[in-house]
Amino acid sequence: MDNRYSGISSDGLWHNNIGFVQLLGLCPLLAVSSTVINALGLGLATLFVLVASNLSVSVIRNLVRPEIRIPAFMLIIASFVTAIDLAMNAWLHDLHKVLGIFIPLIVTNCAILGRAEAFASRTTVDRAVLDGFMMGLGFMLVLVLLGGMREVIGQGTLLANAHLMFGSIAENWTITLINDYRGFLLAILPPGAFLGLGLLIAVKNIIDEKATKPTVVETMLATEQN
Amino acid sequence: MLVTHMLRTALLLGLFAIVGTGLVALTFKYTEHPIAESERDALLRSLHALVPSGSHDNDMFNDVLTISNREHLGSDMPMRIFRARKQGQPVAVVIEAVAPDGYSGNIFLLVAIKHDATLLGVRVGKHKETPGLGDDIEIERSDWINSFVGKSLSNPDVSGWQVKKDGGEFDQFTGATITPRAVVKAVYKALMFYQAQGDMLFVEGKQHG
Repeated sequence: MDNRYSGISSDGLWHNNIGFVQLLGLCPLLAVSSTVINALGLGLATLFVLVASNLSVSVIRNLVRPEIRIPAFMLIIASFVTAIDLAMNAWLHDLHKVLGIFIPLIVTNCAILGRAEAFASRTTVDRAVLDGFMMGLGFMLVLVLLGGMREVIGQGTLLANAHLMFGSIAENWTITLINDYRGFLLAILPPGAFLGLGLLIAVKNIIDEKATKPTVVETMLATEQN
Repeated sequence: MLVTHMLRTALLLGLFAIVGTGLVALTFKYTEHPIAESERDALLRSLHALVPSGSHDNDMFNDVLTISNREHLGSDMPMRIFRARKQGQPVAVVIEAVAPDGYSGNIFLLVAIKHDATLLGVRVGKHKETPGLGDDIEIERSDWINSFVGKSLSNPDVSGWQVKKDGGEFDQFTGATITPRAVVKAVYKALMFYQAQGDMLFVEGKQHG
């Protein structure tokens, strides 16, 4: 595992992205990515929980005994998730109503326990926090990207219901890209989420392949030398 | 040796549990009030959208009656009935009702009925209808729900209180008949409930029922 700061960042955002590569947390990813705002709301909540749990797990890593590490990590994660669930209910009430059960379900997002066990419990606090942030950010970006795709194809808008998150100043942030669009139901329904995520992963793989494939000149040089 | 090891481990886990519970308790303490306020605000917004604030002078939110009536309100849960009055005279009620036969479970409704038994309007609360098809019952998505405004038990008559597909007056949606059918039925039942109860619903004594 790459332990430098840059390595942690590129792992979280790209090479070991939770949504694209580890394929963890698919249940919330697929369920709430029907619009950008829903995706952003769940993404931010997950990001917060990841940073907070990575931080706490790293702080107590020399204190906790191996036999009880998993229950201890779960306790920490569940506490933070409950706290953010209450906080969103209080201050982002309407968004909380839309996201519903998927906020408390962040507890079961294996990506969070995974980062605690595989990374945060074995490294220093600064690295653990950076890892939590980058992994969370990577997950959030996938959510927002998929949400944007589904929202545009499904209802022809972007940033619909932005006021749920940003309050009344965001009432007219909605961008209608296609006027009089009757909507494309498949994109909004769960199958659309699977298809969308599949396409995004395919695109990522193509980019990765392009990046590692040697250029034509390099190939020619290599054959000449043989 | 083993016993002390086990005890220490257990104590440690207990300590984590206490700290975790403490964090949750603290958050709860600081969010309890804002949550109650947000819920109240959300409900008040719906109430005021249905019963214009000029038409009554009481605090509807606290002038509430609680009734459970499975037959008419669709659920065994206690349902709230908010009363609007002007100078003590009944103006309207907003009845919480459930359409139990939606496409995916319960659809929660607020049905506002004027004192003369005509509908002031209907709003849809929590529901799990198919996004893009059944959720056209939401005011944010289409104005279908406004087709109830001004209707009553006699306008249209019983046969009219159905979706068009079943020979009634109310539109269904392309690809979604079950959802509007369930809502129409639930609104009709709420009107029946109002007719049966009549002025009983305005009895002052039950103010904080």
